[in-house]
Amino acid sequence: MTSSLRLRAGLVSIALLAAFLGIWYLATRSTASVATMSPEYAKLMGLTATQGKSAMPGPLDVGAKLWEHLKRPFYDNGPNDKGLGIQLAYSIARVGTGYLMAVLVAIPLGFLIGMSPLLSRALDPFIQVLKPISPLAWMPLALYTIKDSSISAIFVIFICSIWPMLLNTVFGVASVRKEWINVARTLEVGTIRRAFTVILPAAAPTILTGMRISIGIAWLVIVAAEMLVGGTGIGYFVWNEWNNLSITNVIIAILLIGIVGMLLDQILARFTRMVTFPE
Amino acid sequence: MSIFDNPFDPDRKLRAGCACGQHRSAAEHEQAAACDPVESEEKRYEGVVASAVMRAMFPQDAARRAFLKSVGASTALAALSQFFPLKTATEVFADTGAPEKKDLKVGFIPITCATPIIMAAPLGFYSKHGLNVEVVKTAGWAVIRDKTINKEYDAAHMLAPMPIAISLGLGANAIPFAVPAIENINGQGIVLATKHKDKRDPKDWKGLKFAIPFDYSMHNYLLRYYLAEHGLDPDTDVQLRSVPPPEMVANLRADNIDGFLAPDNVCQRAIYDGVGFMHLLSKEIWDGHPCCSFAASREFITTAPNSFAALTRAIVDATAYASKAENRKQIAEAIAPANYINAPVTVLEQVLTGTYADGLGGVKTDAKRVDFDPFPWQSFAVWMLTQMKRWGQIKGDVDYKAVAEQVYLATDTKKLMTEMGLTPPGSSYKSFAVMGKNFDPEKPEDYVASFKIRKAS
Repeated sequence: MTSSLRLRAGLVSIALLAAFLGIWYLATRSTASVATMSPEYAKLMGLTATQGKSAMPGPLDVGAKLWEHLKRPFYDNGPNDKGLGIQLAYSIARVGTGYLMAVLVAIPLGFLIGMSPLLSRALDPFIQVLKPISPLAWMPLALYTIKDSSISAIFVIFICSIWPMLLNTVFGVASVRKEWINVARTLEVGTIRRAFTVILPAAAPTILTGMRISIGIAWLVIVAAEMLVGGTGIGYFVWNEWNNLSITNVIIAILLIGIVGMLLDQILARFTRMVTFPE
Repeated sequence: MSIFDNPFDPDRKLRAGCACGQHRSAAEHEQAAACDPVESEEKRYEGVVASAVMRAMFPQDAARRAFLKSVGASTALAALSQFFPLKTATEVFADTGAPEKKDLKVGFIPITCATPIIMAAPLGFYSKHGLNVEVVKTAGWAVIRDKTINKEYDAAHMLAPMPIAISLGLGANAIPFAVPAIENINGQGIVLATKHKDKRDPKDWKGLKFAIPFDYSMHNYLLRYYLAEHGLDPDTDVQLRSVPPPEMVANLRADNIDGFLAPDNVCQRAIYDGVGFMHLLSKEIWDGHPCCSFAASREFITTAPNSFAALTRAIVDATAYASKAENRKQIAEAIAPANYINAPVTVLEQVLTGTYADGLGGVKTDAKRVDFDPFPWQSFAVWMLTQMKRWGQIKGDVDYKAVAEQVYLATDTKKLMTEMGLTPPGSSYKSFAVMGKNFDPEKPEDYVASFKIRKAS
């Protein structure tokens, strides 16, 4: 039964994709009327003006360009032009660094805050104020104080991805069932052992959910940060192609950003399933 | 560029000149592109040394010309070489100190104004002067400013007024910056959306929305000047927005703005994509106006003077190369790839060669649509300061000349140009006309006061 459901869902997905591509294709066919112009003038003009080609690329253009990129993902033509594989690697490395730093800070800190009701109340207003700040708002401040653009980008990822993890850790630690802690206490388990053998396993699913939200945010932030700072990364690639008004390449980058984001999310989801337990 | 002219040409004056000081007459100034190119660097150095010698021998220009006319140039050259070791002197002139720092990073914004900075990499001008320069594309003017202040870049492409603004602490902390070379002159334009093709009179532009690349830009000052000359107050009658150049074309297409005064290749790109037309080239507002500059912090100049000198030489060299019409096609191809400007070659070629589609169905030709001239005239800086004052960007009294001389290194560039065998202009100030109105760098306060439309201070 489940297999037939999966099959039917797959068919619907494919049908939706086909419909989307079809509509996209029809919408971007050249339809605009073309003014007559002298051949020497036409030679100086772009296809949009001479052939009424839509400014928006169709699915075939994007597919051809994507194939071109996939054929040579690691080329390096100098500091401002590198293959998509290299750009993605830069972005993932930046996200990884900033995110790991956030994990190292948020989880121990969240643990401490969660175990103390007083601290968790006292720090709450600060966390609530800092949490919704946009990455782009941090950027000028980071550039100005850190005085190094690549560290600034990592800092912005750190500062934006730390809050969901911190809040979830605090919440997970604080809401461990009282009975379990009381049982541990009756058995005279020490504080440190209690933290690692009772609270950590009990809070792990909530903590990992926080980490999963954070990796999504970190990946959102990197594109924005790299567009601003420039140099390398998929965000820079988007900006560079936007500069050339090459919507085809921008669409390809959007597609890749989505795929990488999904993969990162799936990795964390797998970890979450590993620590989840039935009650 | 006539600095490369032959000193043995009897018709040429070595000292006096046209408006820009580099040509013997206004007519030649117009067609300077047609000037004789000098084949090699060595030849050019020789030419300069010879110029100096000839100048020493004949303090009266008329006498030199009479002498050359009577004996002929080749005889004169042979005679001169007899008693003056031109070859040795040339070698001494070309010799320079070793750079303290060889690996440099130079930031640029992908527009054709940066042509000398960019092309110096693929065409080998940096390596010729013993430097290993990485040119790094940057997202916007504010970022390029911050990265240069943070020392991530050793030097950078900046809008001509930016180093003045940074040195004065406008919109940033006051950090002394200096300009050893101007990048380009002319090369901007006012582009309007195609739907405004019958609204060519600026008096009808009330309520329109215009984009400029940055507040501290020649674009801002030229557009404001142009509007004000036509009776519109740029602060109240129209909307001016700072928009990064690549977004200008998209905004014009989306009908968010009605037009812009922008750097090229953006103007030509809007035409190429069929969304706008060229209303006016910026050279029609002020022929020979500066636009972008090559800037570095004072700190870099004092800690690595030889690197800085080599960098300036490379830029001046590249600028001289770019100023020749016959090199422009090659340059367009060199700077078009994604590593540099990232634009269609046709667009860059139209900008650099000056034969372009105007967006209304016509093909126009103006070889001086963009030109390259490295000399940082201090009078340019004074003019920018008058406009900063006029539009309320600086309040209070300004010591125009002191600021201009601190930021625009005309004296040092003059020395470098002489060493390189170029003939720099004799003075660092010149007067010029903007839309027919004369500017006298000696009387900046009177100039500011002479405008009816300005921000009350």
